[in-house]
Amino acid sequence: MSQKEHDKILLAHGGGGQLSDQLIRKHILPRFANNTLSELTDSAKLNLDSKSICFTTDSYVVKPLFFPGGDIGKLAVCGTINDLAVSGARPVAMSLALIIEEGLAFEVLDKILDSIAATAAQNNVAIVTGDTKTVETGAADQIFINTAGIGVRLEGVELGFSNIKAGDKILINGSIGDHGMTVMSLRQDIGFKSQLKSDCAALADLTCKLLTETHGVKFMRDPTRGGLAATLNEIAQQTSFDIRINDADIPINPTVQAAADALGFDVLNIANEGKFVAVVAPEIADTCVNICRQHPLGQQAAIIGEIVKTDDAPVVETITKIGGRRIVQMPYGRELPRIC
Amino acid sequence: MLQRIKNAQLLMNAACGVTGRPINIMEVCGTHTVSIFRNGIRGMIPKSMKLLSGPGCPVCVTHQGYIDTVLELADRNDCLIATYGDMIRVPGKGGSLETKKTAGNVRIVLSSEDALQLAKENPSKTVVFIAVGFETTTPATAVAVKQAANEGIENFCILSNHKLVVPAMQALLSDENNRIDAFLCPGHVSVIIGYGAFKPITKQFRKPCVVAGFEPMQIIEGLAEICRQIIEGKPEAKTIYTAVVTEHGNQIAQGIISECFEPVDGYWRGLGKIPKSTLQLKEKYSKFDAFKRFGVTEKPENDTTGCRCGEVLCGLIDPPQCELFGRVCEPLTPVGPCMVSSEGACAAWFKYSKREKQNK
Repeated sequence: MSQKEHDKILLAHGGGGQLSDQLIRKHILPRFANNTLSELTDSAKLNLDSKSICFTTDSYVVKPLFFPGGDIGKLAVCGTINDLAVSGARPVAMSLALIIEEGLAFEVLDKILDSIAATAAQNNVAIVTGDTKTVETGAADQIFINTAGIGVRLEGVELGFSNIKAGDKILINGSIGDHGMTVMSLRQDIGFKSQLKSDCAALADLTCKLLTETHGVKFMRDPTRGGLAATLNEIAQQTSFDIRINDADIPINPTVQAAADALGFDVLNIANEGKFVAVVAPEIADTCVNICRQHPLGQQAAIIGEIVKTDDAPVVETITKIGGRRIVQMPYGRELPRIC
Repeated sequence: MLQRIKNAQLLMNAACGVTGRPINIMEVCGTHTVSIFRNGIRGMIPKSMKLLSGPGCPVCVTHQGYIDTVLELADRNDCLIATYGDMIRVPGKGGSLETKKTAGNVRIVLSSEDALQLAKENPSKTVVFIAVGFETTTPATAVAVKQAANEGIENFCILSNHKLVVPAMQALLSDENNRIDAFLCPGHVSVIIGYGAFKPITKQFRKPCVVAGFEPMQIIEGLAEICRQIIEGKPEAKTIYTAVVTEHGNQIAQGIISECFEPVDGYWRGLGKIPKSTLQLKEKYSKFDAFKRFGVTEKPENDTTGCRCGEVLCGLIDPPQCELFGRVCEPLTPVGPCMVSSEGACAAWFKYSKREKQNK
């Protein structure tokens, strides 16, 4: 087989032969160099200074691959970091698995790998093991990424639904809907041009700060698909408490609101990639907001509502800007743009 | 703002006092329906004032027979269906456009212009634009047809089901079972047709017709204006959406509509056949008429699922009174069109109102 450089991924790049070796040694290893990965053993050996770890995995199939504020690579690192972060863990190591459609330009792949490397390095997370597969044209959409992450649980931190009590406050670290509206506005199906930017970001630095500097954070979750509405409904269902929020307190960027209004979407249902919802004891609510606001990822942090006792089946209710009330339902899947 | 809300509520209470019976106001437009739910307005008005969701969502008023015709065209290999997003989940006899979308011959577009562009990009297919909507979307369809004619784009056509608002309102009031006291008239449509278009209704049926915008304060003040008219016993056509709605509307847009389209009798879900209520392309543009090009017709059949969307659209029942609502008919598995569109009355009820609480 010829040793010449190709400018596109071929099926043979996943065949386990020379081309696979070239892909790994030229494009992957140099970007993620660390002792564990460089051994290229069948599994990574890690020495962790804790017996209590968190382990998570997620797959990324975003379209388009690049969008204002991020790309599939950054998303794949941040998403997994965030799953660990909201579980009360400090992310340590990550796996990286790529499923690549034949024909993907190396230029595109390199750009994604650069983004993965930069995001992982910024967050002190080592890529310690990985896999690459190639599939025939049409069997994948350019590239799919799976990452799995391991984090060390912060000492003394026990997050969970069972901690939540009536009177607890609900905190969010910033504006909602930015990621989902950005990606939707770029999709070919919609073709809507605007000044939107995804909020894609890794939250572990901020969540670790919040968890180590306060006592009384009860529960955290990142409101990704299904948005804030889905996360709050999950909390209500799991705890049997009502949740009461206030529309006027929820940070929403005006551009996001305008785009959502134009397409007939409810911003509460739109995905976020750099946000967490925390349920906190009322006495530390102000402190939590202050800690967040001192961090770049929490400038618009706000208390948006509270946990309320109910004897009925639990619901999420919001007080609207003009003082009315409405129920916030669990979103039901795909949002479709309306006619007029 | 609080003072304005209080003033409006005073008028509403006074109107209920004057009539001595419940007041039924129909919001004709789906965007009003959603805004009313989203802002919790139903909880801010007197208990004896009732808001009925009318036939103002283009998806909801679309007759089953039209959907079946769309599905028939979607099965043709030589067609590419270009549709607004919320049409794709409306169930017809043989599935929905969503099921056809996976076969690759259905595309979601945001405008008729996008559909025309699709035709340019796919010269081997005939792009059929699913032209639905009221006077708001009709001018854009007309512009696309004119552009296709000017540029000689032969592989573009439209399946027109554009509807006229006023004939539908007149049909509702002509039904002796109707319980409508007044209309909150659509903001977007009125930008085009002008609030003067509702004068025949106030004259013939003596019902207030007030145009309002979609911000919650507009809706509340629109309802208050209706109440003022009820108290004074002087129904009239009026706008409080003065920033964009004039008496005569956008005459350029009206001109483009009447250049391309002519009103014919048409089928509406739940309302049946309404004279001169649906727009058909004029002879001059008939080669862009998908009905004629493919020799298809709208089948005048009603669905037999037990769906009561028609009665919902006429304001005869509220969505929860339909036996299917929330049981077999949900946003994920819609039986009727009012559950499909985010602006449909059933979907709005389902999404924003407190349902029967389940046992814990």
